[in-house]
Amino acid sequence: MTALRSGGAAAGRSGARRLISDVVLLVVAVVWLGPYAWMTITSLKTLPEITRAPAYPLPQAIQLGAYREVLQAVPVMRYFANTVLMATAIALLQIALALPAGYALAKLRFVGRNAAFVLVLSCLLIPAQVTFVPVFTMLGAAGLVNTFAALILPFGVSALGTFLVRQALLSVPDEIIEAARMDGAGELRIIYLILGPMLRPTLSALFLFSFVFHYNDYFWPLVMTTDDQVRTLPLAIALLREQGTGVRWHLVMAGNVLLSLPVLLVFAAAQRQLLRAVTARV
Amino acid sequence: MKPRHPSSPYLLLLPTAAFLAVFFLVPLLLAARNSFYAWDLLTPPRYVGLRNYEVLAGSGELMGTLLRTLGYSAVVVTLSGSLGLALAVALDRPGPVYAFVRGAVFSAYVVSWVAVALLWMWILDADGVFSAALRGLGLPTMSWLGDPRSALLALAAVSVWKITGYAMVIFLAGLQDIPRALHEAAALDGAGPWRRFRHVTWPLLRPSAAFVATTSLILSFQAFDVIRVMTQGGPVRSTTLFVYAIYEHVFVNLRVGRASAMIVIFFGFLLLLTVLQLWALRAGAPREGRRPS
Repeated sequence: MTALRSGGAAAGRSGARRLISDVVLLVVAVVWLGPYAWMTITSLKTLPEITRAPAYPLPQAIQLGAYREVLQAVPVMRYFANTVLMATAIALLQIALALPAGYALAKLRFVGRNAAFVLVLSCLLIPAQVTFVPVFTMLGAAGLVNTFAALILPFGVSALGTFLVRQALLSVPDEIIEAARMDGAGELRIIYLILGPMLRPTLSALFLFSFVFHYNDYFWPLVMTTDDQVRTLPLAIALLREQGTGVRWHLVMAGNVLLSLPVLLVFAAAQRQLLRAVTARV
Repeated sequence: MKPRHPSSPYLLLLPTAAFLAVFFLVPLLLAARNSFYAWDLLTPPRYVGLRNYEVLAGSGELMGTLLRTLGYSAVVVTLSGSLGLALAVALDRPGPVYAFVRGAVFSAYVVSWVAVALLWMWILDADGVFSAALRGLGLPTMSWLGDPRSALLALAAVSVWKITGYAMVIFLAGLQDIPRALHEAAALDGAGPWRRFRHVTWPLLRPSAAFVATTSLILSFQAFDVIRVMTQGGPVRSTTLFVYAIYEHVFVNLRVGRASAMIVIFFGFLLLLTVLQLWALRAGAPREGRRPS
């Protein structure tokens, strides 16, 4: 999965092809990086500047006024902490539950194993967009709407994660488990302390993928929360646009930068692990 | 392996089974049951038989929503898939510049839908850079998100921008599996770049193409965030796709029964698309020695 890292065959290119590929490169870079640049530029402007010349490419100076205003108007740090807490809890819970389940499905012989595996896989077909209404009414009846539990528990098990852990465990030799049993290690000890560390590449890919997905998620927190205390950052940034009279785009774009920067940094630092999970096939 | 204790596999699976039951299977059954009731969340549900389905079909809402969702998905899947393929082939070269541009394209897939939606709202604004650029070129412009004729297409274009990186990455992984010797042999036989693509690359990329097409079809069928942020289903319902319609029924109109009937139908379509996926993946002729995951 080094897709973004290394290139493929590029033997013997003529000058004309070289030129074409340079032009393609430039156009692609403008189309995909231009919007980020425009977001950043707008966030450095002031409202009068934008009203006077909305499409003028440069800010008069590097002004951080928009960021100050956003940080004052919205408790960004608290929403950020909420979001990170939620996404981390979901990712850890998924790993903690996928390990024993994956172990049973990959390594143990028991009646009903195939049925259990099919059951896990079939839940891949049921997205949150199908379950949210009944889950909302269920959590409402349990008094859990507007709590972290409503944001975290519904994603406690990832069918994809369980599947990926099972696949990774299939290639771990049985001898390792037998030797550990001989040494008197219990099943949970084997699962979490011996097999867990061996699956590090898979688990870190899973963690990153799940973390980024839930950090970004808008749909579920929108449906499950109305309360400031548990609101997440994407919701708060989307609200920036809906508040007040007239859209103050410099504020919205400043919020956008604050929302995207952490994910882009994670992406830059851990591209390979993220790609492992994204390109995984069931 | 033999479990250490006959009950241990079941105990190890129990937490997963419990979560899947509570948050996946039971909700699905509840949705099916609720679809036969009229329920506004305030007063007790009232049994109405197939009435919810009749109204959805009879009022044309179901057909309209379905056609809009299919239209949006068709545009998104076709454009992001073919652009992703073109970019994968064009950018599959060594060197830091190419790696950076590949990363830039893929980064849009990693960033939140909210960020992407807000960013493009500003770009497509009447005062935004896109309209300014068109005016600068002497071309006519319009309210891209405010006009029912263009709003859905604008959302599709934004979605294409966001998920093309996903298609590209899958195709790049597929390209890595093609032995370089095949290209070299074809080049020695005098095949030009197009014929090499047509007869060497494409046949071997077919499984990747089937995978990209079907997964992005299922994903775009579930589009919500981009609609909620950019258009709220409007103007004149022109961007009310399936999931947004369900959301609106529950949280705007307080019609849980109607929403549940929509959910049941929606789930039916997802199953249909999955069957299509399995069929396409099989028809895409998986090669031997394919990486398991």
